[in-house]
This record gives sequence, C-alpha cells and structure tokens, in this order.
Amino acid sequence: MRVRALFFASYREWAGTDALELRLGEGATVADAVTLVRRRPGLERIPESAVVAVNEEYAPSETALRDGDEVAFIPPVSGG
Amino acid sequence: MTYVAIVDRPIDPAALVRRVGGEGDGAVVLFLGTVRSRNEGRTVTAIEYEAYRSMAERVLCEIALDACRSYIVSDVAIEHRVGRLAVGDVSVAIAVAAPHRDDAYRASRVVIDRLKREAPIWKKEEYAEGEATWLSGVTPAATGTSAGTSATAQGTDGPGD
Repeated sequence: MRVRALFFASYREWAGTDALELRLGEGATVADAVTLVRRRPGLERIPESAVVAVNEEYAPSETALRDGDEVAFIPPVSGG
Repeated sequence: MTYVAIVDRPIDPAALVRRVGGEGDGAVVLFLGTVRSRNEGRTVTAIEYEAYRSMAERVLCEIALDACRSYIVSDVAIEHRVGRLAVGDVSVAIAVAAPHRDDAYRASRVVIDRLKREAPIWKKEEYAEGEATWLSGVTPAATGTSAGTSATAQGTDGPGD
C-alpha cells in the first residue's frame, strides 16, 4: 500500500520536505511507518515513540494503516 | 455555537467577540495570547507559528464543542494565527459567552490549556542573537483528543447550540 507521510516544524526541517510517499506491506501499522521513516537520512532523529496522526486523528502505534492514508508525524506541540 | 479558525492574518479581537453572546448571556470572557519579548532568559524578536491546519481546526472544534458540553456556555470562538509574528502580536484569541461569568472563565481556561496540549501547532522563536529554535513543546496523547475530555464532561448540553 501507499500512504502519504506529512512532516511539520522540526521534523519538516529534518526531512527537507513536508511530504513523502511511503510504500508499506499489507497490514502495516503506524509503528511500521515510523520505522520506515526513521531509516531516511536526517529522520533517524525522529523518536521511535513519535506521535502520529492518521487522517487527522491521533493514532496509537498499533493502528493499522490503509492504502491512501495520510500519516502525519507530529512533533511535540507548542501552540498558544 | 462554536467557531474555530487557523488564520494567516492579524487577529481582530473585537470581531471575535462579536461572534459570541446573545440576550441570554451575562458574561463574555476574551483570552488573548500574545508574543512576549523574553522566554527562558533570552530576548525574543519574533515567533514563527506553523500548523497542520486542517487537523488543528478539527482539534479546536472538538475542544470548543467539549467546552459547550462541560460548562453552561452559549458560544465558544477560537482563532489561532500562523506565520511570522512580532513581539506584542496576538497569536491566539478565545471568546466565550455564558449566562454567568463563572462558567465563562472556567471554559476559557480549559480551552486554552487543551489547545496548548493537543492542537498540532508549533512555534519557532527567533532571538536577538540571530538564532532560531523550535520550542520543545508538549507531547500530545496518542489516544487522541476524545480521551482527555471524558473527565470533565458533565452532560450539560450547550444551551444555544
């Protein structure tokens, strides 16, 4: 399956881009997406426990992904 | 009734206040968050705000609706600005209207506290020395926004919704 990874703030700067397409096997989870992304140069700095939102909702690491999902990597937030 | 928006223009607090309140309301509380010139001992010259806009609006909407359920408030309006802000600029504005001030104050407090913990918004401070850094921030609970709300829910339907 293919999912669209989004990066913001510090993660965006480390990635050098705000979005990437990821190819994952069927049955892949949020944790698998984090593992894959962390193999990319610069993105090994993203923690294994990184917070992820799937289709705009915070999702725990065991969440199953589906083809076409939007998988956003959310650095610690600091709005306000 | 609720209104939320991530905006890339200056926030007009008076316009936000006009979005809330009616004849049944005896209180309107307006909270403004502003860019201050010092943080952790350093001189701040500007802040760059970034948001995952669509999700941030979704999260803010949920926070506003939860406030209407948990307190006797009529309207909650929230605007958060993104882009480069100067010292003194308004970064966030929250207007709450309620029949009585107590609920308006409490709801306003809960909304800003949750916004800071849950909304996917980030700030990068620029310092007088020329350096800039993303603030370390708060890690949102991966279980989502709904998990943090059940504790405060009191089952009061937002009057005037």
